[in-house]
Amino acid sequence: MDVGYPVLSVVIFLPIIGGILLAFIGRHLESFIKWGALLVSILTFILSLPLFTNFDKTTHLMQFVERKDWIPQFGIQYYVGVDGISVLFILLSALITILCVLISWNSIKEKVKEFYISLLLIEGAMIGVFASLDFFLFYIFWEAMLIPMYLIIGVWGGPRRVYAAIKFFLYTLIGSVLMLVAIVYLYLKADTFNILELHTLALPYKTQIWLFWALLAAFAVKVPMWPVHTWLPDAHTEAPTAGSVILAAILIKMGAYGFLRFMLPMLPEATKSMAPFLIGLSVIAIIYGGIVCLAQNDLKRLIAYSSVSHMGFVTLGIFALNPQGIEGGILQMINHGIVTGALFLCVGIIYDRTHSRQISDYGGLASIMPVYAGFFMLFTLASIGLPGLNGFIGEFLIILGAFKAKKLTAVLAATGIIIGAGYMLWLYQRIFFNEVNEKIRGLEPMQFKEALTLILLAIFVIWIGIYPNTFLSFMHVSVAHLLDKVHQATPETMVTINSIRGGF
Amino acid sequence: MVPLHWYLWLGSLMFCIGMAGFLIRRNIIIMFLCIELMLNGVNVNLVALSHYMQDLRGQVLTLMVIAVAAAEAAVGLAIVIALFRNRPTVHVDEITEMKG
Amino acid sequence: MEYTVWIPFLPLIGFIINIIFGKKILRTQAHWPSTLAVFGSLVLSIMALWDVINGKTLNYDLYNWIISDNFRVSVGFLVDQLTAVMLIVVTSVSFLVHVYSIGYMHGDSGYPRFFAYLSLFTFSMLMLVMANNFLQLYFGWEAVGLCSYLLIGFWYEKRSASDAGKKAFIVNRFGDFGFGLGVIIIFLTFGTLHYVPVFGRVEEIVTQSVNIYGLEINLVTLIALLLFCGAVGKSAQLPLHVWLPDAMEGPTPVSALIHAATMVTAGVFMVARCSPIFDLSHTAMNVVAVVGGLTALFAATIALVQNDIKRVIAYSTISQLGYMFLACGVGAYGAGIFHLYTHAYFKALLFLCAGSVMHAMAGELDMQKMGGLKKYMPITYWTMLIASLSISGIPGLAGFFSKDEILFSAYAAGGVGRFVWMLGTLAALLTAFYSFRLIFLTFHGDFRGTEEQKHHLHESPPVMTVPLLLLCIGAVASGWVGIPKILGGSNHFGEFLSPVLHHPHYEGVTHSEEWMTMGLSVFVGVTGILVAILFYIKNPSIPVRLAQSFSFIYRVLWNKYYVDEFYNLIVVRPVLFIAKSIIDAFTDRKIIEGIVNGLPALVGWTGAQLRKTQNGILQHYGIIMATGLLFILVFVLIRAIT
Repeated sequence: MDVGYPVLSVVIFLPIIGGILLAFIGRHLESFIKWGALLVSILTFILSLPLFTNFDKTTHLMQFVERKDWIPQFGIQYYVGVDGISVLFILLSALITILCVLISWNSIKEKVKEFYISLLLIEGAMIGVFASLDFFLFYIFWEAMLIPMYLIIGVWGGPRRVYAAIKFFLYTLIGSVLMLVAIVYLYLKADTFNILELHTLALPYKTQIWLFWALLAAFAVKVPMWPVHTWLPDAHTEAPTAGSVILAAILIKMGAYGFLRFMLPMLPEATKSMAPFLIGLSVIAIIYGGIVCLAQNDLKRLIAYSSVSHMGFVTLGIFALNPQGIEGGILQMINHGIVTGALFLCVGIIYDRTHSRQISDYGGLASIMPVYAGFFMLFTLASIGLPGLNGFIGEFLIILGAFKAKKLTAVLAATGIIIGAGYMLWLYQRIFFNEVNEKIRGLEPMQFKEALTLILLAIFVIWIGIYPNTFLSFMHVSVAHLLDKVHQATPETMVTINSIRGGF
Repeated sequence: MVPLHWYLWLGSLMFCIGMAGFLIRRNIIIMFLCIELMLNGVNVNLVALSHYMQDLRGQVLTLMVIAVAAAEAAVGLAIVIALFRNRPTVHVDEITEMKG
Repeated sequence: MEYTVWIPFLPLIGFIINIIFGKKILRTQAHWPSTLAVFGSLVLSIMALWDVINGKTLNYDLYNWIISDNFRVSVGFLVDQLTAVMLIVVTSVSFLVHVYSIGYMHGDSGYPRFFAYLSLFTFSMLMLVMANNFLQLYFGWEAVGLCSYLLIGFWYEKRSASDAGKKAFIVNRFGDFGFGLGVIIIFLTFGTLHYVPVFGRVEEIVTQSVNIYGLEINLVTLIALLLFCGAVGKSAQLPLHVWLPDAMEGPTPVSALIHAATMVTAGVFMVARCSPIFDLSHTAMNVVAVVGGLTALFAATIALVQNDIKRVIAYSTISQLGYMFLACGVGAYGAGIFHLYTHAYFKALLFLCAGSVMHAMAGELDMQKMGGLKKYMPITYWTMLIASLSISGIPGLAGFFSKDEILFSAYAAGGVGRFVWMLGTLAALLTAFYSFRLIFLTFHGDFRGTEEQKHHLHESPPVMTVPLLLLCIGAVASGWVGIPKILGGSNHFGEFLSPVLHHPHYEGVTHSEEWMTMGLSVFVGVTGILVAILFYIKNPSIPVRLAQSFSFIYRVLWNKYYVDEFYNLIVVRPVLFIAKSIIDAFTDRKIIEGIVNGLPALVGWTGAQLRKTQNGILQHYGIIMATGLLFILVFVLIRAIT
């Protein structure tokens, strides 16, 4: 366990300090800034590796814990640690940031310094969110990450970037404010911000329901669940490639992580009684997201809506409230991070060449960029859940879990897979097959640096596909513990959604 | 001995004249003078009551008001001059850039 | 017998080598890794068959694939009699197709890619047949579907090809939807996905039933029907057959390997593999038999009038797959697998011959523009003729034995069996007719193409004709391992499979009835050929006149019963309409975005109204302040007075 340095603090603050230090470098030293950012991100990743190698998979207790008083008057602590639910996200964040630095190397040409500062600040805040065990600290990181993201979309984005950035910011903020109310309420009730202590809090059912709605507002927007999903297509479409990748890979995972970290253990009775409702929303998201994809003409928008559909699978798995569902849900989050991140990287690669996101501007690309077409095919297949690639494992476990919980929803969710195949293969056909579109004739082939990022993700796509136990084994104990907590809740509060509505 | 209420009437009168002037006149300098008049109306009240109640706090407050008024006059006139350099008018109806 | 692990993984290595080095380094030599790999698999498969014949079977796990709580599934291999037969079919046809492709694909710009895909396909198919659990079966199932998609769309610059690939994948997904649910229900019922425990315990649940919205369904029936959904998609049975004819857009060797001999028969293999489940459900068995019988007849009628040489063979494949399901449905799994095995050779041969014809005709597919090719390409002619005789069920050839066994089993099974037997016999008549229609239109009569094509006609190179000759041996002799007892044989094939697929026992069926079914099937076969001779050699005006006098029927058949149009009308267009006009344009952009953008707009409007009070005129502010002050004073005064 002991690795000689405080792993979590280092991986949280190394990028933040790195970002601050970059601010002191003259803006004309562009390549120095790029290399600096790359170095910091790689170093962060390397230093985060003990989380992978030294993680004890036999306990549900928090590991790599660091605890210091911060604002003792209010009992606020700097308290970080990881368990099997959060550890993979930290590693994913560290990995994805490296790719974001690489992919922005040539595509960001203005305000280079500020861009990389924002990127590194986001990384630190993201890791902080996943590591925090103090609700106040969590909230700080949660909000802190919003600002650089807002800047990345608003400054380096596409033509409608300001609209998208403000929409993203307001949407998220409204949710967060309700979460703040819940945090304050919990503090007044329990006199602590300590998340683990809050887990042991036995709240009355009515209170749980109110808190559930408040937290749901924050997390559902982030996921995003249907019907609060409309910020995502705009944000994704307008954000620069690195922004889209971070959004897809990490940021939207925070919502689902919030479900697992806060709602399930703190509000078990409310969770159980609301689960059918949330499963319903998830199934709607799966099918609705898929169908909307069929109508999109914009490459990034299509992938953004496919995220809505895939995150529907994640929430479906979580609220199935059984081991397969939750483990599948967590794995699917990782998978979605890798695959959708990779798809956005792919889109970024051709966008840098053509500056068009319109699907109709492409066609026959497989003849021009064959290697690129191969990678895109791999990620497309992973996205539609081909067995042997990562998407399948997650989706299968989720549908299995959902089937245990509620049979009809599993059947409906499975139709989402048919739709998924439809829109992704249609997209692939329109971009890569058919006759070569004159507009894209003579594009330069993929560079090694671009291929490198995709190779890295492709390795994970195949690894998780053929040996998911490397990652699933992290979760077993923690998920089992989490479910114990949920199912301990007294059975008389198992009310159906209809009676809740009556109660209000 | 002049009774207290004379002072209070005087103060009120000054204040009302100042206020009426502030509301009616359009010349920004005159409006300034009217503000000073209102302040001095208050000052008269304060001093009179201070003497009447044998309490020095009123007079201290008066000195404070005078100091603030002086500062305010300095800043205000500076703004007026700066304004006048940019546009050849001191008519407030024509200066509505600060509207919401 | 642990060497069997290399049977699937050798082609995988071939694939990896080709996909990485094929384009840059191997180029025109790219066939080597793939062909060698599949040859290695063939040798190992023969060894495996030999071991299985000597009574050794194997069931082992390679590693744990997915573990989640009580859900455990591994990657593992089951090598038993059924697998051994499938291994031989897959690797032998695959090897011959590899060799043939060296000639057929020569000079194509995607040469390395083609062989990479072929290797990937061989790997997937072998994983499918060697699986020892349902999830790995599903893996192979989807992976062969992927390869089919990639290979159908191999010439992706052609719009029809990329459309056909996409269609194949999506139509298959409809079937896999049911298959996947079936797998999940199997897990939830038995707590495992491995074949052995599932099949061992399936009898325990035979009385259980589930209630689906008031409909009481036997659990075994439900599982069997869901699994059969997958088979219907993969094996192109009614109503999901629409993808297979379009799949002919792919290169011809692909049609031979994937869409005739191996992948499309995966459904039959799966039903046979799951025979312990199917056996316990009469309903499911009857569904399988009737779907098979109807498909056999349905596809054969379409094949009567098509002019595209590959599509005729494609419909013929659908029809023959129908026979196999028909056999499984009446409990004669052995006969179904027997037909699968013989069909693989003669149908692959038909396709490769068609490919050889196309090679000579510079890609021409329309039989109306061929004719008289016999003298230009004798090897192709004779091999194709033998394959056609085989499929028509002429005694002594492979197709005769397997088809006869199926028809007899159906007849003997009674009940639904009698009905599907009639369908099958009728389809046999049509099969013989359209097969010889193809032969006569292509190879007899006068050449009807252009002068340039005529000038170009030639026999294919040896690298293509040698596989034809080898397959021809299969088309003739592969049936000899299953000669029925009544003809003095001992049905080695059925006996060999009996440990896995138990042999049905027919009671009350006399020898004379067996002779009758056999005689009838030979009779209809010969009749079909004679009618074809009459129509296309003796008196070519008959088909034209028939088409005119029965123009309605002709149009329906020519348009394949309008199934594609029907699906377009009830599935494709409504979904796209809902997606574009309702969900995207209305629900998402109007309702949800309306609310999302509406709330800020409301706040903004309120602000705009309020800002009108801030007009920038100092006196207004002063008056408002004074008024406010006045109000306060009045308020205080009133309070003071009262």
